[in-house]
Amino acid sequence: MRYTLNINGASHGVDAEADMPLLWVLRDLLGLTGTKYGCGVAQCGACTVHVDGEPRRSCSLPISAVDGPVTTIEGASGPVAEALQAAWVARDVPQCGFCQSGQLMSAIALINAVPRPDDDDINAAMNGNICRCGTYMRIRAAIKDAAAAAGG
Amino acid sequence: MAREPGRRNVLRRHPILSGLAVLIVGFVAWSSVNSYLHRPERENIAPVEATPAIAHLQPVAAFASLPDDASRSVALFNEAGRVIQHPRCMNCHPVGDRPTQGDRMTPHEPWGTRGSDGNGAPGLECKTCHGFSNFEPSGVPGDPHWALAPASMAWQGKTLGEICRQIKDRTRNGDRSLDDIVHHMAEDGLVGWAWNPGGDRTPAPGTQEEFGALIRAWVETGAECPADASAALRR
Repeated sequence: MRYTLNINGASHGVDAEADMPLLWVLRDLLGLTGTKYGCGVAQCGACTVHVDGEPRRSCSLPISAVDGPVTTIEGASGPVAEALQAAWVARDVPQCGFCQSGQLMSAIALINAVPRPDDDDINAAMNGNICRCGTYMRIRAAIKDAAAAAGG
Repeated sequence: MAREPGRRNVLRRHPILSGLAVLIVGFVAWSSVNSYLHRPERENIAPVEATPAIAHLQPVAAFASLPDDASRSVALFNEAGRVIQHPRCMNCHPVGDRPTQGDRMTPHEPWGTRGSDGNGAPGLECKTCHGFSNFEPSGVPGDPHWALAPASMAWQGKTLGEICRQIKDRTRNGDRSLDDIVHHMAEDGLVGWAWNPGGDRTPAPGTQEEFGALIRAWVETGAECPADASAALRR
């Protein structure tokens, strides 16, 4: 079936089965490989994107259920995303880096919802994003830096 | 092929080194054999038995022979309790802030919390992973109203009698009348998900129609609750 998706501000037409996960659409049909495949069962958070500004696990979201504009790591922009990017670099957050696009998409959503998150807010929002390098302390610190820098 | 010149001489000239090499090789060989001989035994874990699906609840008519409305009412609620206390229902009626999942009611992974309104924490709401319907490719269940039951409706760890009184208590049941309860149990879509859970989850016993009929008959016979034997024992 033919679907038209708004991804990172541009319109894309794709032919896909109704139950194709958005993750496959992004990576295999559109070549947007910044969004990662980690577990495929919504346990790791590596595939997090935004739909209508809210975080979604794209491995568990069929293309037929995408009901708003999609933002991937390639299209993340604005003061919060920029503050997070700067904090991520300053704190050397990424190690192997595989989970980081998902971490950042979740972190953007968190700061948008809670402009000055404390440890509990961060733990509650980010625990669905697993990092096998164990960069959790840096992630938490960088989120606080970014929230302050973004003026929350 | 030319022989390596002087190799034998090296060994002869350094007997200590040669001895050490023999010792090391011997030790490695001995440890390998030893660790194989003393390898840990495999744990004999019994295979997980699938919870059997129960095709039908007892119909309302099965309780007609009971002598009075009160005992009929209790018996009807006990039968409905097979649904209420099933993991499909209990998992989202936790006592704390974290739901459980699966037929074994293990703590939910990731660590989802109820948040301020039962829809999860900001940044990790239920809908971050749970869509409007079950998604078989990833096995993640879904429903348009996927959310935790309010804390006042916590069921886990309670007796069926306690749950029964809680269901009737308008201060804890979302200010529902008994008719509202019948409607909720018999027709609510998220309640109905329990019979269509997808994945390898065992459906709730019977059908929602059978369950709704039991609850309706329970209300019509006075909405009596089972005696709370365990609470009596605690006193």
